[in-house]
Amino acid sequence: MDWHQQYIGKVKHAVFHTQKTGRKRVVVSTEENVIASLDLRHGEIFWRHVLGINDVVDGIDIALGKYVITLSSDGSTLRAWNLPDGQMVWESFLRGSKHSKPLLLVPTNLKVDKDSLILVSSKGCLHAVSSIDGEILWTRDFAAESVEVQQVIQLDESDQIYVVGYAGSSQFHAYQINAMNGELLNHETAAFSGGFVGDVALVSSDTLVTLDTTRSILVTVSFKNRKIAFQETHLSNLGEDSSGMVEILPSSLTGMFTVKINNYKLFIRLTSEDKLEVVHKVDHETVVSDALVFSEGKEAFAVVEHGGSKVDITVKPGQDWNNNLVQESIEMDHQRGLVHKVFINNYLRTDRSHGFRALIVMEDHSLLLVQQGKIVWNREDALASIIDVTTSELPVEKEGVSVAKVEHSLFEWLKGHMLKLKGTLMLASPEDVAAIQAIRLKSSEKSKMTRDHNGFRKLLIVLTKARKIFALHSGDGRVVWSLLLHKSEACDSPTELNLYQWQTPHHHAMDENPSVLVVGRCGVSSKAPAILSFVDTYTGKELNSFDLVHSAVQVMPLPFTDSTEQRLHLLVDDDRRIHLYPKTSEAISIFQQEFSNIYWYSVEADNGIIKGHAVKSKCAGEVLDDFCFETRVLWSIIFPMESEKIIAAVSRKQNEVVHTQAKVTSEQDVMYKYISKNLLFVATVAPKASGHIGSADPDEAWLVVYLIDTITGRILHRMTHHGAQGPVHAVLSENWVVYHYFNLRAHRYEMSVTEIYDQSRAENKDVLKLVLGKHNLTAPVSSYSRPEITTKSQTYFFTHSVKAVAVTSTAKGITSKQLLIGTIGDQVLALDKRFLDPRRSINPTQAEKEEGIIPLADSLPIIPQSYVTHSLKVEGLRGILTVPAKLESTTLVFAYGVDLFYTRLAPSRTYDSLTEDFSYALLLLTIVALVAAIFVTWVLSEKKELREKWR
Amino acid sequence: MEKGKGVMGSGRRWAVDFTDNSTTPSTRDIADPPGFSRASQDQDDSTLSRQKKDAEANWKSQKAWEVAQAPFKNLMMMGFMMWMAGSTVHLFSIGITFSALWQPISALQGVGKVFEPYKDSKVDLLGPKLLFIALNLGGLALGVWKLNTLGLLPTHASDWVSSLPPALEVEYSGGGIPLQ
Repeated sequence: MDWHQQYIGKVKHAVFHTQKTGRKRVVVSTEENVIASLDLRHGEIFWRHVLGINDVVDGIDIALGKYVITLSSDGSTLRAWNLPDGQMVWESFLRGSKHSKPLLLVPTNLKVDKDSLILVSSKGCLHAVSSIDGEILWTRDFAAESVEVQQVIQLDESDQIYVVGYAGSSQFHAYQINAMNGELLNHETAAFSGGFVGDVALVSSDTLVTLDTTRSILVTVSFKNRKIAFQETHLSNLGEDSSGMVEILPSSLTGMFTVKINNYKLFIRLTSEDKLEVVHKVDHETVVSDALVFSEGKEAFAVVEHGGSKVDITVKPGQDWNNNLVQESIEMDHQRGLVHKVFINNYLRTDRSHGFRALIVMEDHSLLLVQQGKIVWNREDALASIIDVTTSELPVEKEGVSVAKVEHSLFEWLKGHMLKLKGTLMLASPEDVAAIQAIRLKSSEKSKMTRDHNGFRKLLIVLTKARKIFALHSGDGRVVWSLLLHKSEACDSPTELNLYQWQTPHHHAMDENPSVLVVGRCGVSSKAPAILSFVDTYTGKELNSFDLVHSAVQVMPLPFTDSTEQRLHLLVDDDRRIHLYPKTSEAISIFQQEFSNIYWYSVEADNGIIKGHAVKSKCAGEVLDDFCFETRVLWSIIFPMESEKIIAAVSRKQNEVVHTQAKVTSEQDVMYKYISKNLLFVATVAPKASGHIGSADPDEAWLVVYLIDTITGRILHRMTHHGAQGPVHAVLSENWVVYHYFNLRAHRYEMSVTEIYDQSRAENKDVLKLVLGKHNLTAPVSSYSRPEITTKSQTYFFTHSVKAVAVTSTAKGITSKQLLIGTIGDQVLALDKRFLDPRRSINPTQAEKEEGIIPLADSLPIIPQSYVTHSLKVEGLRGILTVPAKLESTTLVFAYGVDLFYTRLAPSRTYDSLTEDFSYALLLLTIVALVAAIFVTWVLSEKKELREKWR
Repeated sequence: MEKGKGVMGSGRRWAVDFTDNSTTPSTRDIADPPGFSRASQDQDDSTLSRQKKDAEANWKSQKAWEVAQAPFKNLMMMGFMMWMAGSTVHLFSIGITFSALWQPISALQGVGKVFEPYKDSKVDLLGPKLLFIALNLGGLALGVWKLNTLGLLPTHASDWVSSLPPALEVEYSGGGIPLQ
């Protein structure tokens, strides 16, 4: 019923640990701030730690052969983890005044007794840290001399280190330091008139290469024998065109470095006469690994090149380009895209020769281990970075399957049922029991690729940061298909934004496959042109893709569909023009009919303005575009910048179904809910209190919540919480809003509920009129009718801080609701909405108790059994999606973060279905017995009547 | 009922009545002879049978009244049972209420049948029938009242609006914080 999957994200550093055989592991750190130890044989996770969202890993290494050292949080946190089990051994905080490039260096030979030194350069300082207990042994501040450290270099086999850096852009500094005590042995400085820019590449222990500010001259800096010497080599002298983007790529090859120029990469070698020469020229898709030292100082590195559907991996010995140690070619699924990173490791073959394995990170964030020309395992780690999720129905079960298949399945079906019957009647032999177990384990019913009666089987369509779309089967979580979105020539760095259900065939368009719309953007700025892709959810094929001329800052799915069940969408560009999709005449005619009833609103959080817009006219422009419309501002709400800052804006889910507009209270009284889809919840805080919790005094912190009608801009409700501050997490559903915030005075988190009732309908209480249908309760309403509303609110303490809040949704909206709260412990807690009911009182009357009103308490209870995730954790929880099943009692819940978790929930128990362990055999038996009894008694009574008549 | 049948059964299978029972002399062309008293003659002739008939009619009407009053006892018992059942909805109270509703209805449907045995030209059955119907209607009313106290009758506004779907909205709006 539920499944849980663990991921790590896109790997950015990897350190192999294979000194001892039998412990074949690789330690990786990822873009999702995960540190994990993976099994090299199967790719499973041995242990894993998910660091906080701001705790970005800068570097990892292994010290003393037993500790994994990680440097994170912009070089300010250094931690050691026990290699076998991942327990944290120590943690040190490194302080510094100024930002600088965080560097981690774990020399193998700087040993004092059993200790070894770790050198960290971060925040303008160089720290030496003991690897046993994390004690900072000495610190040297370079920021005071305004030197920005570029490299920390250990001189071979000595306890001296070089620290090189720039002061300004043209002054080069080289410090020689005794690593044992931090004593400065020598300081050299020299100015280079051309100035420096970009990364430095270390070519040998006393030579490095960098670029000058014009990016056309390679500068070789050598600082041996306490002397700094510059040598300039013009790129054009190497026979290369130096126009365009030139950059030095960080690498650790000895005597060689890589320069990227436009679309290709150059491998340049430093000859023994300190001359530079181009060794090789490859296209930019080629990736080079770091140098690996294996047996007695021999070095090797790997080069990965693309060739059609294949990927060529070549391992070359250091400095000798023309020699290959290993050359392999592997077939690569084109859905994986390009190779982004490669890490190599060596192992001893049985004949004592060296073999190499490569860990490859692909464009779609997947991780592969390649050994002997084969992919040993792969991990789909794009699923750790989900941006958006939607669902799709599975195909309807097709009729007219071939006879052989039917016979086969019929036989199987009969066999299965015979076995089950045997099992129920306790006649099963041990083998049969095993077979029944196997059938249950396989539970093919769960993972079938067709629609089921209860609507439990669905496809979860997820969009990931890797621009890859996956379809996960809700039954077992397996990947049904995956698609790496096509990258057009025009766009270099597309980013994806959101997923929308484009076509959901329903009644008359049954033969069409459902499809989703992926909205992306070419670049990161909001002005960047949008990209639309349409993906068939059955086949996983990209149907169409458009590079638009306009941008997209808002996407609005309209509540109208055309004859092929394609949903109309409006895209708002940054000039506040709206564009209609699909671009068909049918769509435009549907839109024209509803033209005057379509509005949109924008929340400008930075300016503190909410604006409502209406569609005005067709766009005026040199190119006539029938699908483009101008809008005009109808209303605006301007929050005073000095006292209020927008931190949250939440609206109702457009597809939410509400069963009834009336709420019946215990006294047979009726309250009419104010149910409007055009409702917006906005939370603002005092600008002073918009930072961390504790950054402001209770007196200067306040939280103001608003309920705004987005058609007219009318503020329906406003409430101020004094001494409260964000972050605010809110959920708006039916006629209520629940929000979570921090109360500075009580030093606790609070949750508030506000319910909105329509006062203008309250007079509809005449039974006779209601019986005769003489009321206008179901007539369409307009926001301009300005209904009178009343609100009821209540506030409770809540123990946890919250990462996400969602509410269960069911097919008809009859079932009572549960709030799903993603807690700080990365779990999902289900909390009955009954606990957040403003009508709760300390002493409810008997009638109220019967209605189910819980006596008021100051805090919301956390019942351990109501954790939806049980004992599992959805690490890095970011979002919770609820989807109704066809069965009214049941809702499907998908929680995602670094991990994925899926389950089915029934907030009011499964009142509309029998449980899975219901004994159908007993029911059948009872019915048969009853029918037999009816027949027998009928015959008997007939006989008796006949006898009576003869008397 | 059995007794009634007995009365009928014990009588003659068929009979021709030669006596002239008419009391109005005007119907005859010839006047009665002098000294002839028609009444006295009749009495003389059929005193016995007439008395018997009267007794039978009396008895029938008495019985009909008794039958008509029978539902009253039923009513009392039903009332007691209802009081015992309480005002919460559960199997027992619902069963009693529905039987209290069903009994009068079925009785009312069979009014004709119940009084058939007492049908007689001399017996006026209208009174007993009305009483019978009235008492059964009383029983029905009691049942309905009980149904109402159980809250099973749609007499409140809440019973009629609880399934009203929310009103449709004329306007549509979308938007929010810009995508990023």
